Amino acid sequence: MSEKIWVYVDQFKGEALPASWEAVHAARALAENLGGGVTALVFGQGVESLAQTAIHYGADEILLADDSTLADYRGEAYAATLAKLASEGKPQAILFPTTTRGRELAAMTAADLKVGVMPDVTALEVQDGRIVATRPVYAGKLLAKVVSRTDPQIFTLRVRAFGKPALDESRTGTVTSVEAVLSEEEIPTRVVNYLQSEGGVSLTDASVIVSGGRGTSNNPSLTPPPDITDEKEQEIWRAQQGFKLIGELADTLGGAVGASRAAVDAGYIPYSHQVGQTGKVVSPDLYIACGISGAIQHLAGMRTSKVIVAINKDPEAPIFKVARFGVVGDLYDIVPALNEAMKKRLGK
Amino acid sequence: MNIVVCVKQVPDTAAQVVVENGQVTWGDAPLVINPWDEFAVEAALQLAKEHGGSVTVLTMGDESAKEAIKHALAMGCKQAVRIEGPADADTLVTAQVLAAAIQKIGDVDLVTFGRQAIDGDNGVTPAMVGRFLGWPVFSLSATIPEIADGVVTVQRATEEGRQVVEGKLPAIFSFGKDIGEPRYPSFMGIRKASRAKVPVWTLDDLGLSALLPAVSWPEVMNPPKREITTEIIEGDSPADIAEKLADKIMAEKVL
Amino acid sequence: MDFNLSEEHRMVQKMVHDFAQREVAPIIKEWDRKQDMAPFILPRMGELGILGICIPVRYGGAGMDYVSLGLACEELEAVDTTLRVVMSVHTGLCSMTLLQWGSEEQKQKFLVPLAKGEKIGCGAFTEPGAGSDFAHIRGSARREGDYYILNGEKMWISLANKADYAMVTMRTNPNAEKASRGLTSFIVDLHSPGVTRGDIHGKLGVRAGSTGWIHFQDVRVPAENRIGEEGEGFKITMSAFDNGRYTVAAGATGLIRAALEESVKYARERQAFGSPIAQHQLIQAKIARMAVDYEAARLLYLQAGWMKNAGSRNTRQTSAAKWFATDASFEAASEAVQIHGGYGFSDEYNVERYLRNSKGAVIYEGSNEIQRLIQASYALGWRTDKPLRRELPPYDPDFWQEEA
Repeated sequence: MSEKIWVYVDQFKGEALPASWEAVHAARALAENLGGGVTALVFGQGVESLAQTAIHYGADEILLADDSTLADYRGEAYAATLAKLASEGKPQAILFPTTTRGRELAAMTAADLKVGVMPDVTALEVQDGRIVATRPVYAGKLLAKVVSRTDPQIFTLRVRAFGKPALDESRTGTVTSVEAVLSEEEIPTRVVNYLQSEGGVSLTDASVIVSGGRGTSNNPSLTPPPDITDEKEQEIWRAQQGFKLIGELADTLGGAVGASRAAVDAGYIPYSHQVGQTGKVVSPDLYIACGISGAIQHLAGMRTSKVIVAINKDPEAPIFKVARFGVVGDLYDIVPALNEAMKKRLGK
Repeated sequence: MNIVVCVKQVPDTAAQVVVENGQVTWGDAPLVINPWDEFAVEAALQLAKEHGGSVTVLTMGDESAKEAIKHALAMGCKQAVRIEGPADADTLVTAQVLAAAIQKIGDVDLVTFGRQAIDGDNGVTPAMVGRFLGWPVFSLSATIPEIADGVVTVQRATEEGRQVVEGKLPAIFSFGKDIGEPRYPSFMGIRKASRAKVPVWTLDDLGLSALLPAVSWPEVMNPPKREITTEIIEGDSPADIAEKLADKIMAEKVL
Repeated sequence: MDFNLSEEHRMVQKMVHDFAQREVAPIIKEWDRKQDMAPFILPRMGELGILGICIPVRYGGAGMDYVSLGLACEELEAVDTTLRVVMSVHTGLCSMTLLQWGSEEQKQKFLVPLAKGEKIGCGAFTEPGAGSDFAHIRGSARREGDYYILNGEKMWISLANKADYAMVTMRTNPNAEKASRGLTSFIVDLHSPGVTRGDIHGKLGVRAGSTGWIHFQDVRVPAENRIGEEGEGFKITMSAFDNGRYTVAAGATGLIRAALEESVKYARERQAFGSPIAQHQLIQAKIARMAVDYEAARLLYLQAGWMKNAGSRNTRQTSAAKWFATDASFEAASEAVQIHGGYGFSDEYNVERYLRNSKGAVIYEGSNEIQRLIQASYALGWRTDKPLRRELPPYDPDFWQEEA
C-alpha cells in the first residue's frame, strides 16, 4: 500500500465544483501527516486545464481520464475506471466531495472494491496510521467517529467543512493520462439532456443563506391583486412578497434563499429551497432566519452555521436559542431595513 | 412488473436523539418508516399502477423493523420480506444482503430506495446495491421514471439542475421529495397490513455467511454544546435595529 | 383484559394524526380567524375514508371498528375541534343512525354516498326553543299521501350549510299521550324545495367550522325516507346521541392531550424566577391534573367504544365519558392558557383556541347538566335501558369488510 491520498475532482461541463478544491485541501493535510503525496483524479472530456488547477491547489500528481465516454458524468462509467485505477494504484484513502455525483461515485467505487465508505464527514484525523473521520449522524443530532478496517478508506467530505486552499500557481506536478475502462456500448445509461434549475446560488455551496418561514405570509396589510380571489392563492401571494424581500437581502449578501419545511409545504417556495432534516443540511458562515420558529427538524439542518441571526415576532420561538443575534420584530419591517444597512456597508 | 422497495425503520424526525452512557437513545420517541422511504414506496406504487405488477417491501432489521414494513404495506404494497441481518451491519454489508435478497426474490425489474436513512445519513446503499447487482443506478431521481419497451427515462437532481438520463431495466432508483407527497396508508391497506404475515429470511437463506462490516463507529458523541449567548438587538425603529444588527454582522467578519 | 391498542388501531391513529398535523395544523389559525371552514377539509376527509371510518365496506365505508372512530376523533380534535365536529354529525348522528335504524334500501340510497364522502350529512334535532327538553320540540311532520310535509326551525346544527342530507326528528303526533312518543325521524335531502339554511357567526369557538340553522317550510319528504316507525323518533334521536356523544368524548380527550402537550413544551422552555416554570410546583399541579384527566377520559371513551364493538348498550358509559371528558377538556384548556400567561391570551399560541373550542362540548349533544341527571338516575336505579327494536350492530370484522 502506498501512502498516497487520492482525491476526486467533481466537475460539471469542465468546471470544478468548489467543494472539489476543499477535498484537495483536506487530502493535502492528510498527506503531510502521513508522509505521502496527493493524487487528484480528473475525469471528463476536455478537462486538461482542471488538472493544472488541481496541482495549483495542492495535488502532486494527476490521473487524467479524458475521454468522450466520460463527457457526461455517468456513475457506471466513472466507477469502473476509478475502481480499476484504485485496485492498481492501491491508495491509502480516496476523498470525494459530498456532491450528488461525489457521493454516488464513492458508493459505487467502494462496492466495486468491496470496501467501506464513510460519507459526508466533517473532520479527518490520523490515529496510529489510520484515518479516523467524524461525521454527523441523525441529522447532526449526534456526531460519530468512524473508521474503516478496509483499504482504501473512502470518504466523502461535507461541503464547506474543510476550507478552501490558496491557489499557488508556482506549484508543479505530473499529469498521467489514463484510459476509460468502459466503451460506450458497455455503459448502460445515456444522458439525454440537462434542464437548468432556476438560477440563484446553490444552497449547499452558499456561504450566506437568508431563509423564510411561515411568517412570510403574515402581513395582513398587503392587498393581493384583485384577480387573485382564492384565499390560499392570496396567502401564497403574500408569502411571495416576503420571499421577495428575503431574496433582495440574499442578493446584497451574495447568498442563497432558504426556507423552512412549513413554507415549502404551504406552497410558498419550491422544495429545492428547503433547509432541514428532510431538506438540505447546510452550514454557511451566516444564516439569517426570517419568520422561522425553529422546529427541531429545521434546527437539525442549519444549527452548525457559524453565525445565526433570527428575526421573529415571537420572542419564545426556539430559533432564538441557537441564534447569535436576535431581533424580536416583524420581518416585513426588519428585512428591508437590514438590506439597506448592509448595502451601505458593502458599498452596493 | 416486479418492483421491490427497500425500507428502513428509524426514530421519528422529531425525536431528541442523544448519547447516554455511550449508547444512542431516543427516549420513548416512536420508530417509524424512514421518511425518505415513503417517497420510494410512493414511486413504486405509482409505477406498479401505471405498468401493472406488484410491489414487495424489503427490509433488513430485527423484529422492530415491522413498523416500517407495515406502513409500506398499508400504503398499498402487496407483500413484504424481512431479513434478519447482522446487528453491526454497515452499508457494505447491508448492500450485499439486500442485493442477495433481490436476487432471491427473482425477476425483479426495478428497485426503489429513499435517498438516505435519517439515522446513519449515509445515502450510499442504493448505489452500492446497484453495483452488487450489476444494474444501472439512478440516484436522486426527481421524477417518476417513464418506461417504454424496457427503456427507462428519468430526471435526476444535481447541483446544476436536472440531468435527464435513460437506461435499461432492471435498474435501481433512489427518490427524494421532488416526486410529490407520499400517500397516507388507506384503511383497507391498514387492515391488510395488520394481518400480513411477513416471512423472515436469514443470511443462510440468502447463501451469505460471515459478512464482516468494514466501517465501525468507535465513538458516538453528543455534539459539543455551542455556548451561544443570544444578543437581542433592540432599537427605536426598524432602521435603528437594522443599523445595529448590520454593525454586529460586519464585526463577525463572515462576509 | 388487555389495555393495548391493536396494531390496526395504532396505524389508524397515525394515519389520522398525520393528516391532521400535516394538512390542517398549519392553516387552522387563519381559518379560525376567518370564521370559515377551509374548503378542502370535507372532500379530503372523504377521500381518505375518514368520514366513513366505521361503516361497513358494503355500505361504502372503510370497514374499521367503533374504537377506530374514537381514535380518529381524538387525533382530529387534538388539532381542531371543527374536524371532530364533522365526525360527530356526519358520521355519528347521520351515518350511524342510518346504519342502526335504516332499511336496506335507505342504507343503499343514503348511507353509501355518505360513507364514501360523496355526500355530507348532519343531524337536525335541536330547535331554538328545545334542546335539553327534546321531547317538546315543535317542528312538525304531517302525512299527506306518500309524503310527509315538514315545517319548523332547527338551530345550532353543525354543517347545516354544508350538508346534503340531514337526519331530522319532527313531531308527527301532537296528541300523543307522552310527548316523546309523538316524534318521528326522517332522512331529508336538504336540496329539497322549502329548505332554507344559514350559518351562525360570532360564536365563541369552533369558528373554523360551520354551525347554523335550517328552516323547513312545507318541505315534502317521501314516506320511504322515514327512519323506523312513526313515534320512534325520540328513541332514534337518543341512540343518535349515544353515537354523537361518543365522538364528542373521544374528541375532548384529544383536546386535553393537546392542551397538555403545549403546556409541557411551554413550561419546559419558559423561564421565570431563574428556572423553567416547569420547576414550579403550582405549574406541576396543573400539568399533573391534565395528565391524569387525559388518561381517565381516554379509558372512559375506549370502554364505550369497546362496548359498541361488542354490541352492548352503552348509553350510561357514553354519557359518563362525554360528561367527564368535556368538563376536563374545558378545565385543561383553561389551565393551559394560565400556564402560558399573557401569551396564552393571544392567538399566537394555540391554547386560547382550545379554550374557546372546549366550551361548546360542555353544552351540546346533551349538556353536562343533562349528563349528570342521566348518571344520577342510573345510580339511583330510576333508569334502566330497555332493548331497542334496532340496536347498533355489533362490530363483526367479516361482515364489515366483505364487499357488497
